[in-house]
Amino acid sequence: MITLDGVVRNYSSEVAIGPVDLVVPEGGVTALVGPNGAGKSTLLTMIGRLMGMDAGTIAIAGHDVASTPSKALARIVSILRQENHFVTRLTVRQLVGFGRFPYSKGRLTRADEEIVSRAIDFLDLRDLEARYLDELSGGQRQRAYVAMVLAQDTDVILLDEPLNNLDMRHAVQMMRHLRRAAEELGRTIVVVLHDINFAGHYADRICAMKDGRVVEFGTPAEIMTDEVLTRVFDTPVRVIEGPAGPLAVYY
Amino acid sequence: MARVAVTASAGTADARRSGALPTSRARTRYVVVIVVLAILAVGAAAGLLAHGNPMPFGTEGFWRIAQLRVESLVVIGVVAFSQAVATVSFQTVTNNRIITPSIMGFESLYVAVQTTSVYLLGAAGITALQGVPQFALQVALMVGFAMLLYGWLLSGRYGNLQIMLLIGIILGGGLGAVSTFMQRLLSPSEFDVLAARLFGSIAKADASYLPIAVPLCLAAGILLWLRARRLNVMALGADTAGALGLSHRRELMQVLFLVAVLMACSTALVGPMTFLGFLVATLAYQLADSFDHRLVFPVAVLTAFTVLGGAYFVMKNLFYAQGVVSIIIELVGGTAFLIVILRKGRL
Repeated sequence: MITLDGVVRNYSSEVAIGPVDLVVPEGGVTALVGPNGAGKSTLLTMIGRLMGMDAGTIAIAGHDVASTPSKALARIVSILRQENHFVTRLTVRQLVGFGRFPYSKGRLTRADEEIVSRAIDFLDLRDLEARYLDELSGGQRQRAYVAMVLAQDTDVILLDEPLNNLDMRHAVQMMRHLRRAAEELGRTIVVVLHDINFAGHYADRICAMKDGRVVEFGTPAEIMTDEVLTRVFDTPVRVIEGPAGPLAVYY
Repeated sequence: MARVAVTASAGTADARRSGALPTSRARTRYVVVIVVLAILAVGAAAGLLAHGNPMPFGTEGFWRIAQLRVESLVVIGVVAFSQAVATVSFQTVTNNRIITPSIMGFESLYVAVQTTSVYLLGAAGITALQGVPQFALQVALMVGFAMLLYGWLLSGRYGNLQIMLLIGIILGGGLGAVSTFMQRLLSPSEFDVLAARLFGSIAKADASYLPIAVPLCLAAGILLWLRARRLNVMALGADTAGALGLSHRRELMQVLFLVAVLMACSTALVGPMTFLGFLVATLAYQLADSFDHRLVFPVAVLTAFTVLGGAYFVMKNLFYAQGVVSIIIELVGGTAFLIVILRKGRL
């Protein structure tokens, strides 16, 4: 469970995030949606303690992110940012192995190797595990990073726009992998998504942000309505019944 | 494509390991690289000790003369070790394979300190700034300068590495300009004294520094070696390192401190060596072909020793110009720098 209480981050007198009060329940996939500049990534980064806040508290499974040592938090929450600096002479397997750093401090044990293997197999990367990162396509590399996050073996996983730069097929595959991680491995996944239809189809809960505040939080059925989406995105949206659930049409 | 398939199957045959050298082929390659580099380094060292020795090999006189030359060998060792370890670590924490500590204004500070001392004290006053106190003062000044700059720039809310590097370059340029200005005002004899001190020179390095420089470098090097696994994580970038539980800021400051100590020792001993670090780090990553700092450090140190020792041997015995080793290294290193930048097309 992730609890945000009066979280504020100020950029200037006009631009600020929060105050945000939010409770993300345990398990399932929660999608963070909203227009550009709504503060989705900032909020996610603050939950993942990579960015400080000016007021308020964030607790993950009862651990305050501001006061809990980063080392201890690395076993509770993992976060994947959008831009990743990648090292050229690093194989997929070596990258995924870094996910075990909070436990092994770089000395991988047999148990660590097994967890790494499982994470690689989970994301169908077995055939690619000996490849170097610069030999992969963007989608494959993205999957490798998600495998690293899985190998970190944390209850909470935060992903910042993991579908960025992925084509249809890879985007769908990525969302299926995340759903399986939530269902089969019991992880709590919070993911920033740009495409509201992906959120509507794959998420258990949708959290809509606008102007630095959380304006809606509910199930896809509650959020996927003309009225709510039009208000959140400031653009006329019509929700129609598609072959696989509600579809937002905004063009 | 076939090569990839081979390594992939070898990887699975090796019971799926994630270590730095997962396949037996990679392990063999690394051992060969280390052995060849070690042979070259020992060869350079032996050549420096024995070449042109007027006494027949094995006699008492031969060893006496060799002993006299050990000093410059130790200087080469200290400089090679410092430059190699410092540059590799620095490039890792700044997530950049182009810049080196030199860009942070170390050499410029060295030149400024030397010029100011000659300018203020005169050619005669130079004697007042020699030996151990001068060395200790320079190391302290350089580390202080580095820590002040990093501490100030990174403590700010908007402080980031790019700004720090930019200010480092500007400070370096500024210090260089001040030095040049003061050099214009020097008398020819004073300038002569200064020029002799500014060119990196293994032959003229003051041996009295060594009792401090050697332990200082070793201590900094060992501390960086012990952090090698953390450095591997730091190479993944600030966000990933933070997500894996490392405090990027704290790691950065600690590594920069150790780098400052190493660079101070090297610069104070032989003066500016702008492109040695770059040349060595680039070669080391090519040769080691690994991300793991525990594998890259030894290759980098051996490469540095081979390059520096080899250059000194060539200059001393072929061109009889032992004072200008830095010139040949700057030439080769600078060319390598340009080639890498032009081939990559970006910083």
